[in-house]
Amino acid sequence: MTTKIKIIINDKQIEVAEGSSIVDAAVCAGVIIPTLCFHKDLCVAGNCRVCVVEIAGQKRLSAACATPCEEGMEILTNSLKVRNARKQIIELLLSEHNADCTLCYKNGNCELQKLASDYKIMTQDFIQLAPLRKYQIDHYSPSMIKDDSKCIRCQRCVRTCAEIQGVSALTAAYKGDRMKIATFFEKPMNDVVCTNCGQCINHCPTGALVERNYIEEVWDALANKDKFVIVQTAPAVRVGLGEELGFEPGTRVTGKMVAALKRLGFDAVMDTDFSADLTIMEEGSELLMRLKKVLVDHDPNVKLPLATSCSPAWIKYIEHMYPDYLDHLSTCKSPQQMFGALVKTYYAKHFNLNPENIVSVSIMPCTAKKFEANRPEMHDSGYRDVDYVLTTRELAIMIKQAGIDFLKLDDRSFDQIMGASTGAGVIFGATGGVMEAALRTAYELVTGREVPFENLNIMPVRGMEGVREASILIENPLPDWSFLEGVELKCAVAHGLVNAKSLMDSIVSGESQYHFIEIMACPGGCLGGGGQPIPTNPEIRRKRALAIYAEDQGMPLRKSHQNPEILKIYSEFLTEPLSEVSHHLLHTHYTPRERF
Amino acid sequence: MTPGYDLKRVDFIFQTESDWKEILQKSLSRPPAELINELISSELKGRGGAGFPTGLKWKLAADELSPIKYIICNADEGEPGTFKDREILSKVPMKVLTAMAVCGFVIGSLEAYIYLRGEYFFLKPALNKAIQEFQATCHDLNFDFRIKLFMGAGAYICGEETALFESMEGKRGEPRNKPPYPTSFGYLGKPTVINNVETLAHTYTIFKYGAKRFYDLGVQYSRGSKLFSVSGDSPKPGIYELELGMSLLDFVHDFGDGDTKAVQVGGASGFLVPQKRFAETTIGFQGKLTGISLPTGGSMMLFNSSRSMYNVLDNYLEFFREESCGQCTPCRVGCQQLLNGIKAVKRGEKTGQYLDKLLRLTETMQYTAKCGLGQSVANSFSSIVENFREEMIY
Repeated sequence: MTTKIKIIINDKQIEVAEGSSIVDAAVCAGVIIPTLCFHKDLCVAGNCRVCVVEIAGQKRLSAACATPCEEGMEILTNSLKVRNARKQIIELLLSEHNADCTLCYKNGNCELQKLASDYKIMTQDFIQLAPLRKYQIDHYSPSMIKDDSKCIRCQRCVRTCAEIQGVSALTAAYKGDRMKIATFFEKPMNDVVCTNCGQCINHCPTGALVERNYIEEVWDALANKDKFVIVQTAPAVRVGLGEELGFEPGTRVTGKMVAALKRLGFDAVMDTDFSADLTIMEEGSELLMRLKKVLVDHDPNVKLPLATSCSPAWIKYIEHMYPDYLDHLSTCKSPQQMFGALVKTYYAKHFNLNPENIVSVSIMPCTAKKFEANRPEMHDSGYRDVDYVLTTRELAIMIKQAGIDFLKLDDRSFDQIMGASTGAGVIFGATGGVMEAALRTAYELVTGREVPFENLNIMPVRGMEGVREASILIENPLPDWSFLEGVELKCAVAHGLVNAKSLMDSIVSGESQYHFIEIMACPGGCLGGGGQPIPTNPEIRRKRALAIYAEDQGMPLRKSHQNPEILKIYSEFLTEPLSEVSHHLLHTHYTPRERF
Repeated sequence: MTPGYDLKRVDFIFQTESDWKEILQKSLSRPPAELINELISSELKGRGGAGFPTGLKWKLAADELSPIKYIICNADEGEPGTFKDREILSKVPMKVLTAMAVCGFVIGSLEAYIYLRGEYFFLKPALNKAIQEFQATCHDLNFDFRIKLFMGAGAYICGEETALFESMEGKRGEPRNKPPYPTSFGYLGKPTVINNVETLAHTYTIFKYGAKRFYDLGVQYSRGSKLFSVSGDSPKPGIYELELGMSLLDFVHDFGDGDTKAVQVGGASGFLVPQKRFAETTIGFQGKLTGISLPTGGSMMLFNSSRSMYNVLDNYLEFFREESCGQCTPCRVGCQQLLNGIKAVKRGEKTGQYLDKLLRLTETMQYTAKCGLGQSVANSFSSIVENFREEMIY
């Protein structure tokens, strides 16, 4: 039981749990205290000082985010003293900030801009500091752009990179007026340990960290009559896009998204869920093959646990942090890259298109996908497999630019022949989804029976726990898989790289023995990805996850191996999982990297 | 000399330390509660500048239940114009070590650190030698007390106690949010007593002579003596132990060069007192006696009429602009605005009225900055601008 204490906020007496911060307590009193450095995903920093409040009996003001309530505390959130101080702090922030709002990518979704608007900062008396500095914009990364002139030093990105991702590619450097957020030795973002996950972008209150956008490039392609522009959409996009366009978090907008893409002028609108199903076929087969090689052949070169390879930020992370463990990664490309490789081969052949004229675009909840599409390995079709990667946010921008009234759109369906999918493909968008989808297929492949979970819902791998474990006992397998009789298949799921680290460390130390692990770099999986709508917080991610599982539940087919287009592609093009064609187009290799 | 002139020199701190073993042994044989009471009744307040009652600090830490506690001697003496701690550690290190061990005995801690200012690297060999000798004696007394030296790296902010902990923990030296306070959540999250070098040296005096000898010095709210680092336009700069509660006028009579225009009390983060207010200003802690009473870490900088107060302020602000950790908005941006602001006024780019805006800014900094650094920039800024406004403009 938590003890309750009585406090007074602006004359209103309320009871709150002992230890709650003044910011949280104010919410109970119906008072919103403005914040900037505070974020629900992160530890309290208390450094922007925008949330200062007056406590009776104290001369100094206190940061509401960092001050715990005490019995009998009398708090004023809007006294003259508070207002004057708060306004002056906002003025200070603006004086240091390159406030060219109309030229800023985050114009309209900037927390500092909102504060300036709320407090009607109409004059700038302080000396403008930003022009006095020589700021250089870092646009070396294929995924993101870092503009220090927009930075307000709230250190949300620093805390995100450390607490959520355990990477610390960004840290505070120097002191005093020179204090800034920097990489190791101020190297460019593409040259450091940064995984391109984009979580810093999602948590940045201003335009200091934004995705590198390819909106104009895609408009150009759409306008070019010689080009056949194909678009694929990732599972998590359909549960996030609505937030940018007037829907509540957790609204599924699959049909409207397809309709909007068609209106934008894409020649074919297809589904990454299709290649997610394909990934399951390949990766499930790879898992079973590895199990056989380890358990039957005792091949020392084959490594377990098998780790999923769908999350490009996770891939870059393991390349930096555990370069000796790259053999554990599935060789399967991510669904985006499988799709890309097939578009300019299988699809082109099927519709008799010249792959040279195909522009392959993907809509992803992710910024690391931009990096992934740019990797030198990703040219197996003979061309660049995926030409442009847009985030959910960029798609929303295009829809707004095109003047599409998204709310009024009628639902449309994906095009053929790479547009059909199953519920197993959809749940790739949530943490634990790849694991669940793989188990649904692999278990059935081995035993001929459905996974022993009600409604195919493998609940132990779902949820928002940082690391989750599950095991399935294999009994009475089909004759081909008799070596798996009695084997307890042990699995683990982690999301957020800080959790990936703890899982990996337990594997490296030998403390844990798993057969299969799923790792997603972002909190909540792709639905919490770095390319998803801003803001993000645990509540929003929970709603998006519910939407993902509702989408799965509503699908007529929920197992990847039932997808008719998957059966078709194997019979017409790939022959079978892990075939030579598959290996050429759908599998890849990895690169060890330095740890800074 | 004016009538009533009475500046009392005291000689406790630099008195011989040869009796340290005796004092240590004697103190370790007394009940901890009695030692705390001795300190409380002496009314010793922290000599680093903030003036927190030392006895209460020890008591708070002693009352904590944690099996692990730490003691830290703050020797990150960085306040401009302060150089007393260096002298204590060079001349009477055993007093400081003894006081730390007694503190350990009182609060139940066996692990102590001296956080030594990076620029005092030259003190390291001698201090380590002293620590070795001291620990051997502790060992002989069956008191397994360990003291380690931790070198700072030159950041002023690391003298702030919580930034100091962060620095010791291998992190960036940035102040923490308070509460929690060090006595419950300090170094490595454990209850920690962190005392200034001089404070510890004074406890030695108190344990040696008893609280009364100390209490009898000074005035109400400001008991005992204090070391002063005298610098600037004085014919006899140096370190002096003086009784608290003295009037600034008396001080200037003794240490000034006859042409003293103003005295900066308490370093760059302290106050500038102009000549017209010398008589009404006393040097001590809170509680007004006659006129203003100024707390101080012991820095006394004298300025004569040849000095431009604009240059003085410019110098302080440049210092703060650079030494702010950069973490919180009011301090990081505020210091830049103050410095750029007075420059702009001086150059005629902003009118004299802009100084009023800057004064309001220092008020905000005082109310909202995260730690003492940003909060105290207002002290020197407002006292200089208010008293020497014309020097700022023309």
